[in-house]
Amino acid sequence: MQQQGAIVYALMRLASAIPTLLLVIVLAFLMMRAAPGGPFDDQRALPAETAANIERAYDLEAPLHRQLWSYIGGILKGDLGPSYRYPDYSVSELIASALPLSAQIGAISLAVSLLVGSLAGVWAAVRRNTLTDRLVSAVAMTGISVPVFVVAPLLVLVFAVQLDWFPASWAGSTGAERLLLPVVALSLPQIAYVARLMRVSMIEVLSSDYIRAARAQGLPTATIVTAHALRPAVLPLLSYLGPAIAAVLTGSVVVEQIFGVPGLGQLFVRAALNRDYPLVLGIVILYAVLVIALNLIVDILYGFVDPRIRRR
Amino acid sequence: MSAPRYAELRARLRSSRVVLVMTAALVVIALFALAGPLISPHSYQTTALDTKLAAPSLSDARWFGTDELGRDLFVRSMLGVRVSLLVAVIASLVSLVIGVLYGAVAGYVGGRLDAAMMRIVDTLYALPFVFFVILLTVYFDRNFFLIFVAIGAINWLDMARIVRGQTISLKEREFVQAARLSGVSSRGIIARHIAPNVAGVVIVYLTLTVPQALLFESFLSFLGLGVQEPQASLGALVNDGVRQMEQAPWVLLIPGTLLAVILLCFNFLGDGLRDAFDTRETPR
Repeated sequence: MQQQGAIVYALMRLASAIPTLLLVIVLAFLMMRAAPGGPFDDQRALPAETAANIERAYDLEAPLHRQLWSYIGGILKGDLGPSYRYPDYSVSELIASALPLSAQIGAISLAVSLLVGSLAGVWAAVRRNTLTDRLVSAVAMTGISVPVFVVAPLLVLVFAVQLDWFPASWAGSTGAERLLLPVVALSLPQIAYVARLMRVSMIEVLSSDYIRAARAQGLPTATIVTAHALRPAVLPLLSYLGPAIAAVLTGSVVVEQIFGVPGLGQLFVRAALNRDYPLVLGIVILYAVLVIALNLIVDILYGFVDPRIRRR
Repeated sequence: MSAPRYAELRARLRSSRVVLVMTAALVVIALFALAGPLISPHSYQTTALDTKLAAPSLSDARWFGTDELGRDLFVRSMLGVRVSLLVAVIASLVSLVIGVLYGAVAGYVGGRLDAAMMRIVDTLYALPFVFFVILLTVYFDRNFFLIFVAIGAINWLDMARIVRGQTISLKEREFVQAARLSGVSSRGIIARHIAPNVAGVVIVYLTLTVPQALLFESFLSFLGLGVQEPQASLGALVNDGVRQMEQAPWVLLIPGTLLAVILLCFNFLGDGLRDAFDTRETPR
């Protein structure tokens, strides 16, 4: 019975994600077509025949709704059209070559943030109002306030340039150690967010009646935290996963730029600066799909874990 | 009974002290940003290739040193603070106006309109807005006005949700019903009774919106999609600094520190205000 409720909820959420996705695609597509100028606008006007050939090659001659229709049809087949800037590659190929690296760095960062952040949060909550707590809170606040694009160059300056422990750029090494600084830069703000969230949530749980009862029975703090308080305290963290994923995606744009990681973020910025519209469009749609899909998964998980949410 | 009251009072006092200190710090920074360029003999755009990347020193009034083109970093930093703060405040005001109107209308009217309006907010929430703003800045050349609007257009979503929630709880209160019974129009009630009463929450939330907008503007400028040379914003200065950091670390450290300090002040201020206004039982 309860399982059934969760499954219905999951299906409803799934159905509501589809219009959102369509909206993203249509919006991004129309913005791209409305954009002034293009990569083929040269100083010198092109001969009419050449211009027509180019228009045909990039599917620019059909009426707008036809173009949109064939673009959506292409997406369903995994075809995002040809790139303006790199004519020999399709947008899908370019994305496929950059995505795995970004996904790897993003996934590691997310895991590190959740682990380290919740440990710090629990620690601060258990030692509430002590020096430890204040210290963790202050460090977390600093972590939230200092932007990724300030932290990342500082890490390079200290650990790569001054101390020379790690390679300063991606190209400078081939081993796994080149992942370390980008992952740290990407994780630091998220660790701070998770720690703050976990601390508040843990404090709330620890002051509830059943924990007081457990304490009255004489259970040691460690047992109370791990066996009774952790599970309910983790729930708010689950709903933070969505924003965290979005933040890691955004952060990766900066981090890849600074460390020279040839990932999706760097591809995106370069495409934006080059006005490579099909590539920009393809990557925006991919990001949107990722954010929407991951949010969907988080919501559905929540529905299974917490029955209260399904009634809304 | 009396012990927790006392603890709560002490916690409030502490948070109000935080609020005072942070407000003072921000006022000092803002005044410096306004007055700084007047004190210094240098201009923000005069290049001097013979004194490029000069270290900070008291001689010749190069307090923060110079950048790669020999431009004075003190004046540029102050200009950057000014530009960043201006963008952040205006963007927050844009989000304030949209969010309060949208939230108040949805919450007050209720029913099907409310459901539809909130459905739109939910949909927009799921979009990776940062990337859409990057799209915008690429398509329609980078103008300043667009940056304000784009950032404001992102931040109103949270504001709308908060205002809607407040409005729903306010609308059932006696004084609102009394106004309605004595024939005040819906527009009048929203303007005269709902809006002033959500102001407290809105102001608290605004102190958290400003740093978000500031961060976002800096992010865009850092990527080279924000303000254009010879104008400066903190993000653009950090971006310059990254290129020069090996020879001249101060070119990165000074604007980076300024940005971090401003963000820290705003975040502490917002937190402190929230604690001071927070009437829930759970202490933070």
